[in-house]
Amino acid sequence: MNVVVCVKQIPDPADPGALDPDTKTLKRDVKLILDESDSYGVEMALQLVDAAGEGEVILVSMAPNNERSGLSTALAMGAASATLISDETLSGSDALTTAKILAAAIAEREPKLVITGSESSDGYTGTVPDQIAAVLDLPSVTMAKSISVDGDQVKVERQTDAGHDDVECPMPCVVSVTAGVVEPRYPSFKGIMAAKSKPVDEKTVADLGFDADSVGWAAAGQEIVEIADAPQREAGEVIEDDGEAYNRIVAFLDELKVI
Amino acid sequence: MTLSTIWVHAEAMDGTVSSTTLELLTKARDLADTVACFYAGDDADDIAEQLGEYGCETVYQTGDLEGALVGVPVAAAIAEMVDAGDGPDAILLGTSYDARDVAARLSVKLDRTVITNVVDVEVDDDTLIGTEPIFGGTTEVKTRFTGDGPYLMLVRPKSFPAEPSGGPAADVEDLDVPELGASGGARVIERHVEESEGPKLDEAAVVVAGGRGLGEEEKFAMVEDLAKLLKGAAGASRAIVDAGWVPYALQVGQTGKVVKPDVYIAAGISGATQHLVGMKGSKHIIAINKDPEAPIFGIADLGIVGDVHKVMPKLIEALQGR
Repeated sequence: MNVVVCVKQIPDPADPGALDPDTKTLKRDVKLILDESDSYGVEMALQLVDAAGEGEVILVSMAPNNERSGLSTALAMGAASATLISDETLSGSDALTTAKILAAAIAEREPKLVITGSESSDGYTGTVPDQIAAVLDLPSVTMAKSISVDGDQVKVERQTDAGHDDVECPMPCVVSVTAGVVEPRYPSFKGIMAAKSKPVDEKTVADLGFDADSVGWAAAGQEIVEIADAPQREAGEVIEDDGEAYNRIVAFLDELKVI
Repeated sequence: MTLSTIWVHAEAMDGTVSSTTLELLTKARDLADTVACFYAGDDADDIAEQLGEYGCETVYQTGDLEGALVGVPVAAAIAEMVDAGDGPDAILLGTSYDARDVAARLSVKLDRTVITNVVDVEVDDDTLIGTEPIFGGTTEVKTRFTGDGPYLMLVRPKSFPAEPSGGPAADVEDLDVPELGASGGARVIERHVEESEGPKLDEAAVVVAGGRGLGEEEKFAMVEDLAKLLKGAAGASRAIVDAGWVPYALQVGQTGKVVKPDVYIAAGISGATQHLVGMKGSKHIIAINKDPEAPIFGIADLGIVGDVHKVMPKLIEALQGR
C-alpha cells in the first residue's frame, strides 16, 4: 500500500521572517525546515505501511529553489522517495493553485491513501487537504486523530468540537491529521545517511502540464492591497512571586468581578 | 456601497445556532442588500426563527445527509445553484472543521480562491476586501478578490459582535444535492460526545490555558480545576497539544481556536507568536511564567514571574475558600 504524504517546508516558526514589501511574498532567505505539523502525517504513514506489510511512503512537496532540507528530515524518518515541485512561477500561488499542483504530482504516484497535515504552521489556510481531494475527485476525512486500514477502506477517528466521530471512508482517499496524535520518530543516524541517496524527483510546473499563467499571482484570484503593523497591546504590571503573588491575582479577579 | 447578495454558512448544535453564524449574519447585513443562509441538515425549521432574527431571509437546507461529512454534499449543492445563475456575490463561512471542508470543496467546484483567517471584511466597489493577521498577529494584510464571484471567505470566530435585527423567521427552502459519486464516500458511523462541564472554549467568559511550563501531562488538571472554579473553559498552547497531553480541540492560537474572553489566564505559556494571535483579543490577560523574558508578559495586564507549580495550587486553594 503506497501512501503519499504532503509535506511543507517552512521558515523556522521561531524565526518566521517577513513579507517582502515589493513582491508581497514571504522572504525566503531563511533556511526552511519540515513543518512540524507534517511530521505527524509522515509518522502515521510509516506506521500504516508497516502494518500493511508492503508498500512505501512517498513525499510530495512544493518549495522554491529546489529547497529540500525539510524533505531530507522526512526521508530520514523513513519515507522512500519524494516528488519536489519547484518553479519560480509558483511565487504568489494561493491555496487552490497549490492544491492543483500537488494533486497533479500525487496522481502520478497513484497512491491508495494521501495524508496531509490539517494546516500549515505558516500559511494555515487549512483548505489544501480538501482542495486536493476535490481536484482528484476523491473522498476525504479531515482532522483525523487516528487512522487504520480495513480492507479497501480507512477507519478514522475525526476530531470534532464535541468529541470525535468514527468515520469510514473508501480508498483511495485523502486524510488530514491533527497534531499530537502520534509521536514522530527522530531520524536515526542510519536514516539520515540513507536519506542522502533516496530519489527526489524534481518537477517544474510545465512537467505537470500547467501553463505559467495558470499559477502564481496571475491565477490567485486575489491581490494584497495593504500590509500594516497590527495594533499592539501594552504590557501591564509584572511582579515577582514572593509566595504571595496569588493574592494579587485574586484581587485582580475581584476587581474584574469574575469572583 | 453594498453587494446584492451574501450567503452565510449556518451551523447549529441541538437546535441552537452557533455564535459565529450570528456574528457573520450581523456583518453580512452591512455588506449586502440580501442575506441568506445554507445549512447541512433537515431541521432548518428549528433554527429559521433565530436566523431570521439576525437578518437571514432564506435558509437553504440540504436535507438528511445520512452520515456523510458535510463538505462534499454542501459544496456540490451550492455549486449547482451558482452554475444555474442563482448564486450569491459572496459566501461567508465561520472557520470550523466542517466549514473548511465546505469552503475547500466549493473553491475547486467553482474554481475560486478562498481568503482564509479573515478578521474583518469590507466592500470595495463590487468586490470584497478581507483583513487577515499574519506572523502571529503582528502584521495585518488586506487582500482583495480579483475576477468574478462568488467570493469565498473563511472568517475567524469572534471577529464581529452578534446583534439581532429583529427580522421575521427565515423562509426554509430545500437544496438539491446532486449525485456525488466516489467523492461522497466518507460516512460517520458513530458520534462520540465527550462530556465537558462548563462553557465552550470559544464562548467562555473566562479561559484558563496551560502550556509546556506545566512540566507534565498530569499537571494540566490544575488548569482544569482553576477553569472550573472560575466557571470558565480550559485551553492549551500548541506545544502541549503537539506533545499529546490534550486534544487539538483545546488548542488556542493561530492554528487552533481564537478566543476573546473577559479574562484569559495563561499558566506556563511563554507566548510564542503562534499562541498570541489566538488570545490577544482577550479583554484582560493574566500570565504566570517563571521566565521574566517570556513574550507573554509583553501583553499581559498582570504578569506573575514565578513557578506555576507554586502559584496555581495557592490560587486554587484561595478561590476554593471563597
